[in-house]
Amino acid sequence: MTTVDSNTTASEPVVDPNAVSVTINGKVVAARKGEMIIAAADRTDDFIPRFCYHPRMEPVGMCRQCLVEVVGPRGPMMVVSCMTPVADGQVVNTETEGVKKAQEGVLELLLANHPLDCPVCDKGGECPLQDQAFSHGPGESRFVEEKRHYEKPIAISENVYLDRERCILCDRCTRFADEVAGDALISFTSRGNNTQVMTFPDEPFSSYFSGNTVQICPVGALTAKPYRFKARPWDIEHVESTCTTCSVGCRTVVQSSRDELVRYQGVDSQPVNWGWLCDKGRFNFESINSKDRLTTPLIKDASGNLSASSWSVAIDSVARMLRTALTVSPQSVAIIGGARGTNEDAFAWAQLANALGVDSRDSQLADGLPPQVFSLPQATIADIDTAKTIILLAPDLKEELPILYLRVRHAAEKRTGRVIEVSPRATGLAGKAWKKVHVEPGKTAAALRALATDAAFTAQIASGSVVVIVGRMNLAESEESVVHALAEVLHIAPHATVLPALRRGNVRGAITAGLTPRNGGKSTAEILEAAAAGKIECLVLLGADPLSDVPDADLARRGISGARNIIAIDTFITQSSALADIVLPAAAYGEKEGTTTNVEGRISNVAQSITPVGTSRPDWMIAVELGTATSHDLGFASYNEVHAAMISGVSEFVPAIDTHAVEHDGVIVAHPTPIALTRADGASNERNSYDYRAVVSRKLYDNAIGTAKSPSLATLAISAAVIVNPLDVPRIGAQVGESVRVTSQRATLVLPLQESVDVLRGTAWLPINLSGSDARELLDVTKDVIDLKIEKMS
Amino acid sequence: MTTAIKYPHAVGFVAGDRPKIVTSRFEYADSYTIERFLATGGYAGLRKALGRAATDVHEEVKSATVLGRGGAGFPAGTKWGLTPQQVFPKYLVVNGDESEPGTYKDRLLMERDPHQLIEGCLIACYAAGLSQCFLYIRGEMALAQERVAAALNEAYAAGYVGKNILGSKFSVDIVLHWGAGAYVVGEETALIESLEGNRGMPRLKPPFFPAANGLYGQPTIVNNVETLANLPWLMVNGSEAYTAIGTKTSPGTRMVAVSGHVKNPGVFEIINGTTTFRDLLYGAEFCGGIRNDNELKAFVPGGGSAPWFTADQLDLPFEASQVGPAGSMLGSGAIMVMDSTTDIPAAALTLTHFYAHESCGKCTPCREGGTWLERILTRIVDGTGTEADLQQILEVGAMICPGDFPHASNEKLGLAAVPFPYKMTTICFVGPSAFAPLHSAITLFRSEFEARLVKRISIPVTAVSTPLTVGA
Repeated sequence: MTTVDSNTTASEPVVDPNAVSVTINGKVVAARKGEMIIAAADRTDDFIPRFCYHPRMEPVGMCRQCLVEVVGPRGPMMVVSCMTPVADGQVVNTETEGVKKAQEGVLELLLANHPLDCPVCDKGGECPLQDQAFSHGPGESRFVEEKRHYEKPIAISENVYLDRERCILCDRCTRFADEVAGDALISFTSRGNNTQVMTFPDEPFSSYFSGNTVQICPVGALTAKPYRFKARPWDIEHVESTCTTCSVGCRTVVQSSRDELVRYQGVDSQPVNWGWLCDKGRFNFESINSKDRLTTPLIKDASGNLSASSWSVAIDSVARMLRTALTVSPQSVAIIGGARGTNEDAFAWAQLANALGVDSRDSQLADGLPPQVFSLPQATIADIDTAKTIILLAPDLKEELPILYLRVRHAAEKRTGRVIEVSPRATGLAGKAWKKVHVEPGKTAAALRALATDAAFTAQIASGSVVVIVGRMNLAESEESVVHALAEVLHIAPHATVLPALRRGNVRGAITAGLTPRNGGKSTAEILEAAAAGKIECLVLLGADPLSDVPDADLARRGISGARNIIAIDTFITQSSALADIVLPAAAYGEKEGTTTNVEGRISNVAQSITPVGTSRPDWMIAVELGTATSHDLGFASYNEVHAAMISGVSEFVPAIDTHAVEHDGVIVAHPTPIALTRADGASNERNSYDYRAVVSRKLYDNAIGTAKSPSLATLAISAAVIVNPLDVPRIGAQVGESVRVTSQRATLVLPLQESVDVLRGTAWLPINLSGSDARELLDVTKDVIDLKIEKMS
Repeated sequence: MTTAIKYPHAVGFVAGDRPKIVTSRFEYADSYTIERFLATGGYAGLRKALGRAATDVHEEVKSATVLGRGGAGFPAGTKWGLTPQQVFPKYLVVNGDESEPGTYKDRLLMERDPHQLIEGCLIACYAAGLSQCFLYIRGEMALAQERVAAALNEAYAAGYVGKNILGSKFSVDIVLHWGAGAYVVGEETALIESLEGNRGMPRLKPPFFPAANGLYGQPTIVNNVETLANLPWLMVNGSEAYTAIGTKTSPGTRMVAVSGHVKNPGVFEIINGTTTFRDLLYGAEFCGGIRNDNELKAFVPGGGSAPWFTADQLDLPFEASQVGPAGSMLGSGAIMVMDSTTDIPAAALTLTHFYAHESCGKCTPCREGGTWLERILTRIVDGTGTEADLQQILEVGAMICPGDFPHASNEKLGLAAVPFPYKMTTICFVGPSAFAPLHSAITLFRSEFEARLVKRISIPVTAVSTPLTVGA
């Protein structure tokens, strides 16, 4: 035939060139080219035993447990299914006598030196080695020799213990550390029968992601200090939830035993966290079990001390305070916070504020971005996987949004996309960046404007989709400077989508639910300024601690002391709630159900696992009661009613109607019509006579309450320092480690001097909220940039 | 130029009156200097190669069928052709990590004639279009490292290596790298890992076939030292002269290293394919017979990991196509001879201990099985093993190598040969290597093991029954 009937060809189904079909144990399985046999077999009922294989890491073929037979031209060949790719027409047998014998052989060998101390092993009951020894093992061992002996668990980091006797050397933890986390701090040492996982001398496995190695360990070799000997798997109750420690919103399983949280495990959610958790998110359940949790309402007594009270008295007192303040003016009432709770909590409080006519409410603590960033074309976390260019106009993701850091690192590592880092200092991703634009504070927008003429840069931008991760990379720089820089990026890359990297757990949900200034209401900085001027009668701190979180320490202090009455709804006595007139105990994460909204606007559920401590209550319930006490019926009285009212009341939350999705991978909020940013000339930000421009940012472990109240994390925070480029050290004239005087126009602090090549010359990096002098004292939120003088102490 | 001092033979090397392709300069005391090298026709092969098209040179090597001398015996010319076209850069990695027990031929080649190796590398790079060469020398070979490094400096200074070699457009750099003392790094993928700075552990083929995905993920040719040392002679004399020596399937010469119970151990350059083991072990020009004229008990034909042969296989020639079906391999060309005085279980233990110790720890069967084998065997050698232990050795071995394990035929025992190779559950050959000597020893000399076993005498227990009296 010479002619082709176009109609016929058009109607034929499109054939996927990568589709192959393999036969596994007689069943035809559809697979894709490049996929490994074990992955294809996982879609059938036939389980291939495995230890080293992990779908999120490169295969190594180390344990040899997944041996199967592939029928080849020269008869059946024994291959490892984790490293043998599928081929069209391939015939695989996983259950023949030969395979059974080989798998039993490998299992017997794995158990040869395994101590079999299952009764005292944390992994017992959920152990892949135990399970597969039963399902695919020979039943008994012929090994009569003495087993290998090592010192029983050795600490390889503050929180991870290694028992080398139990280790079966599957290379999962070491591969994770190297491939996924980029902290190749554990590796194999010795060889043959003495091979062991070990850290480098005097260098602990201090990775922000070390807890994942415990989770993926297929035996009980790696155990985590917070969980060791706390519970047995058969006593544990599991609920699937979403971590709200930061705004990445990793899917987790919250596990409790005897009504106490004992462990969080990562859930492999394709769009979000791929099963990984950071150590802060994994281990901060300790704070929820803390003895310091608030259990009853507290009211300031005549002598000025907070003393225990009852809910009815406390609610009445709060209602009275609110009513009194409202009679002065609705502008004299303000709400700060709301980003630590659920969407429902924020919605209920926004409804209460609406009912009371309170327009000054802000869930961001003067360290966020204007809500209009949510109206730009939005990117999802998964867009990072396919983006050709990822522009970081964001804080150090490793420190603030660790699992997002892993996702960007993966894209750079696998070369699916190129990373362009725009930052005042080298961040954790600098080593993976294709281009680094390190520019001193205040000049970012100008530097980006200049970059628009760089041919390589523009060619890269034009090569495909662009994701811009935008956030406050420097708290000593104004929010406007970030918006200006973002406008420049969007001018160069009009097709870019934006991922706003706001860090606080549910800040996006809180803003969406309405906890953001409206009708000319005040923002946090303005509220505090007004309070300092005596214009705030009643200040509600909804899980917020301005004294330790607002970048401008002086402003926070003046604001808190200037407010006439303070009502704190919190889980702990914090710096700010300690100064409140009434403190209402709030139910914490794991003690209440609800939904949360992550950095990309993904709504997913948080589940209740334990009963709230003492008489503490969810925030939404407190809002409802305050509504009743102030004669406002908010229209809901149970969780289900708040949730339903939220979905019908906030158009962005409408997709959350899909309950099944919300309880699994989540749904993305409905986006409003995109707006465009206009470019503007920022201030020129010329330097004053001071020598160093301040770069202020957060570390993962700091004095935040969730970390400080988790014993396993509390010790990990470093102490405060001023960090400069090594070439600037001689200019200061002081030795590294020596205390120096750091002066801004606001204040003078004494801080130890440190050096790092990550810091630009002429700038000084000051991590905040650590023990020691806090650099927030130096900051002034009204200034675009902060210049510093650093002097040797005489 | 230094005076030509001629040795009857260099240390460890026995010259003899045979065609010399790679050992022609060994008789000179200063064979490793560039002066001697140039005075004896050095770099002529490179000059000749550069005068021809790269594809021509490649064809020449292909038609000469230069077999890889590392162990597998794969033709070098064919190997070069396996790299994908249009991928840049491609690398040459020279496997100088000679560590197979009994093998020491590459060491001599590097110590005695480093320039010949460098010239071979250059020819290979030119012919196969490789842009950089990495010369990996075993960590323990201090003299080889020193001489190759000195030679490389001389060659760079003289313009034989580097940019625009001999005025041509051909440029290549040679990088030296010392090993850190692991046997497994002799395996090509582990060597590549080590070169990259990682722990020397083998990679699984596929997907890591070096020719497609090797060093730094680029196409990589891994060649043995001796293979490359053949190239200068081949370039000068042509493939016809090369194939005129030896047989059609195994042309040229090959170096063998004989150790153990022979009168005259050492390295010999023998004619490939035609020389038999009997020629080598008993020939007056070679080893000259077994020491003290003892009887030959067994010999390892191709490095410590090869199954053993006995006198029955003496007439086999150095020809892979005959040695394989006979149940063993030519491997790296190391022959270890055991005479009638040899304690076979102890000899097997020595080899098994080596492989168990050298396991990199990657694959479970090798890591756990190798040591297990060693421990059972130690018990037997110590005289505390039982009959069950002997069976256990074979069963542990079957976990590493499922199916029939290759062994030689034996007339006396009525054994038929099981051809090489074996099946294995590990990535590389270290695991099976721990079992190979043991399997051969038990198959061929089982009585010697049995003689060591504890003889348990069962004491019959007789029940003394007292009649039960009821209601007396």
